[in-house]
Amino acid sequence: MADRLTLVYFAWVRDRIGAGEERVAHPGAACTISALLDQLAEGSAGHAAAFADRARLRAALDQDYVPLDTPIGTARELAIFPPVTGGDTQ
Amino acid sequence: MIRVTVQAQGFDPAAELAALEGLAGAGGIASFTGIVRADGGISALHLDHYPAMTLAQVEKVAAQAAARWPLLGLTIIHRFGTLAVGERIVFVGTASVGRTPALEACAFLIDWLKVAAPFWKREVHADGSGDWVEAKAADDAQAARWS
Repeated sequence: MADRLTLVYFAWVRDRIGAGEERVAHPGAACTISALLDQLAEGSAGHAAAFADRARLRAALDQDYVPLDTPIGTARELAIFPPVTGGDTQ
Repeated sequence: MIRVTVQAQGFDPAAELAALEGLAGAGGIASFTGIVRADGGISALHLDHYPAMTLAQVEKVAAQAAARWPLLGLTIIHRFGTLAVGERIVFVGTASVGRTPALEACAFLIDWLKVAAPFWKREVHADGSGDWVEAKAADDAQAARWS
């Protein structure tokens, strides 16, 4: 298993954390995304603000959308972001 | 013929339509072009995206449309970066033997792009301040009508 996990953030999640990317020790295959966010939120006010409202967060593991209760497994990259807003303006 | 592009630069819908019209057997071309609207006095829209994921997700949506409708051609162009009011953001074009597959696939594609492609819009005001656009539940409902 990878010993490091790359976290990438987008939109207001990145703004609140103050960085678009960071590397953390891999929390282990059984650790869920939510559990990792809980740990990170304890570490800084920015993370706590970004991860406060889980209903407004979406995630992708190695570039595939997954629910927040998904175990991280052997993924190398975890992305955290708000619901997407592409397409036309409307 | 599936063509999917994610790019910062602009595009020419006329050229894209002409390419679809030139496909052998094409009898109907449908298209959608999204442009930046001057909502609430915004001066520009900034589109953030997840480069490692964007193309794969847009290609996945395109492949779903190609599997569902008998399309001769399918073109998707989605821009990112800072776009001024009036600029084009997104283009979807479809070609088929007749109108129904082309029109339905075009509507399906733009509905799904909104909820599946990892883009985030930020409204930029004249003073440089900005607000992230919130996703709408209506967009999920609009996409879900195809499933």
